[in-house]
Amino acid sequence: MLTRRTWIGWQFTGPFLAVFALVFLAPIGYSAYLSLFRNRLVGGTVFVGLENYTKAFTDPQFWEAVTRVGIFLVVQVPVMLFLALLFALAIDSGRLYGVAFFRISIFLPYAVPAVVAALMWGFMYGTRIGLVGNINDAFGITLPDPLAPDLILTSIGNIVTWEFVGYNMIILYSGLKVIDTALYEAAAIDGAGQFRIVRAIKLPALRGPLVVATIFSIIGSFQLFNEPQILDTLAPNSITTYFTPNVYAYQLSFGGQQVNYSATIALLMGVVTMVVAYLFQHRSTKGML
Amino acid sequence: MMITRRRAILGAALSITLLAAGCSSSSDDTGEETAAATTVSDADVQAALEAGGNITVWAWEPTLTQVVADFQKKYPKVKVNLQNTGTGNDAYTALQNAIQAGSGVPDVAQIEFYALPQFSLSKAVADLNAFGAKSLDGTFTPGTWGAVHSGEAIYGLPMDSGPMALFYNAEVFEKHQLGVPATWEEYAAAAEKLHKADPKAYITSDSGDAGFTTSLIWQAGGKPYTVDGTNVGVNFTDPGTQKFTTQWQKLIDGKLLNPVPGWSDGWYQGLADGTIASLVIGAWMPANLESGVKAGNGKWKVAPMPQWESGGKATAENGGSSIAIPEKATNKTLAYAFLKYATVDEGAQSRVDNGAFPATTKQLNAPEFLNKEFPYFGGQKVNEVLAASAGQVVPGWSYLPFQVYANNVFNDTVGKAYLGQGTLQDGLKSWQDASVKYGQEQGFTVK
Repeated sequence: MLTRRTWIGWQFTGPFLAVFALVFLAPIGYSAYLSLFRNRLVGGTVFVGLENYTKAFTDPQFWEAVTRVGIFLVVQVPVMLFLALLFALAIDSGRLYGVAFFRISIFLPYAVPAVVAALMWGFMYGTRIGLVGNINDAFGITLPDPLAPDLILTSIGNIVTWEFVGYNMIILYSGLKVIDTALYEAAAIDGAGQFRIVRAIKLPALRGPLVVATIFSIIGSFQLFNEPQILDTLAPNSITTYFTPNVYAYQLSFGGQQVNYSATIALLMGVVTMVVAYLFQHRSTKGML
Repeated sequence: MMITRRRAILGAALSITLLAAGCSSSSDDTGEETAAATTVSDADVQAALEAGGNITVWAWEPTLTQVVADFQKKYPKVKVNLQNTGTGNDAYTALQNAIQAGSGVPDVAQIEFYALPQFSLSKAVADLNAFGAKSLDGTFTPGTWGAVHSGEAIYGLPMDSGPMALFYNAEVFEKHQLGVPATWEEYAAAAEKLHKADPKAYITSDSGDAGFTTSLIWQAGGKPYTVDGTNVGVNFTDPGTQKFTTQWQKLIDGKLLNPVPGWSDGWYQGLADGTIASLVIGAWMPANLESGVKAGNGKWKVAPMPQWESGGKATAENGGSSIAIPEKATNKTLAYAFLKYATVDEGAQSRVDNGAFPATTKQLNAPEFLNKEFPYFGGQKVNEVLAASAGQVVPGWSYLPFQVYANNVFNDTVGKAYLGQGTLQDGLKSWQDASVKYGQEQGFTVK
């Protein structure tokens, strides 16, 4: 009887587990396996144990990339989430005309593929044939070049914010929608104004959705790839081959055939992302209780 | 070469990746390349053609389509399956994947000159001496024939080439009364004069391009790369390199170069509106100008490459590709027959007729080729200039066996000089260091 019941359970979870193992566990396992070898143009493949890992820990290019996405995370994510929160509260306030229009237009950039978005912004940033160039010509001024090395990260932050603010807004907005309207009635009877309602009811209720949105954003920041990769053709000297950890892993693998070291970098970045996301979740849920 | 140089550089970027696996079998490679003895005679090749069979060709060069049609007409029993597996980059990925998997390997593959050493190093492509390719000595221009050699071994037959010349917008030159520069000295003077007269106009564009830089060093007589099997030297301090850096640094410092990256939309626009007044680039450029810069129709002209010494006659190659036979190809004899047909015999002529720039001396020197008038260039006999350049390529240049990687990190290092952070010479030193480090990691003996 017991065996029969166990069997039924497997039947339900089996398809999922098979796909999960195939597309999730197997690639990670294979990467881990690859990371223990070194493949050279001269000399072929040899087992090197953890040598790739010790190399990564002292690789200045890797750590420069990690630091760069770290800075990106600390600056861009709060800005984006603050904007998303503002939009969500504004739409939820019920005092806006054309709510559906605002909601869809803020969300729309998320529906634009990241590659297309990066290309589009690349054109706008252009000081020669782009929007920036047109503004310079029209007003006879010289705006700072958004693709210059010292501004490129900010420019990428702007693209990412544009792309994802709507997505995060929807997460927060759905958090607001599940609040029992009886609470608002009670607050109104008690004489609370809108700001008081936001502070006492809405924000506490948004804590969960904010944690979710932040974790998604942490993962997204560490995986930064499309935008720098696309803008590289417009600003080859501003974006190095080790601009972000993902760009670095890609270049190692496809530009320098260092597949094994690339797998090591990818795995290390996976671990770093998990640790940061876990620490954040752990701290914020502890504070919540 | 119809494809753009930027794409060419990105092009082979993937190739090394995949090479890795293919080359594990070549760990016994001692570095000395000796020619394989001829094992397949011309008679064998002829017999194979008459017996017939199927071959698969992976190439993106557009004029090959006609060649394949003619080839099948001539040898009705042979069926050629021409596949475009992408340009450069994508093609090499597909090729290397197939080689690695050991199945679905094409019988013939197009490989650019600078990517060829990476395939030959791992013995992923066959030494054509087995088919008596040595007898083709003198058929091709020295530059391209050298490019398919590794020691005595011959790893492909040259298909097209890119001897360099000066392409300039004559309208802009006339408007600002600029003479056609014969030396780089004059070129720099013209750059200054033009930019002064029109602050939006530049003599040329350059934001750091590995292919262009190495070609100019090549022309200046520099030999930064020495390759002897797996012994590799990288040295950017030789006099030839310094000739280039001294001259080019002046243009960078004077902000006389349009910083728009090559092959971008802004670049094409600059070529069209006259803000990029000239290009020193490979002989495959006319087709690109005609298709990409329609507004320049009738305005552009071609002149010999500016010289490092007044009265000199030295040029360099910029791009170009070969067709090779993968070691794991199933029908090598028939593949070689096609290689020869496409690059030497009727095929070479057909490709030239359809706009390719040949690598064969016969086609290069043919009167109908030299006398062809190009309406786009105001009726100028462009090929006269380009063919002359092909014969003046400085001999003895070699690329690194990992040039694709090196070019990939060019903008990380030398690119800084274009931003005003350090000099070109400093940048080349960093590039050298990066190449040396990579070479050592890859098991080469690097001096």
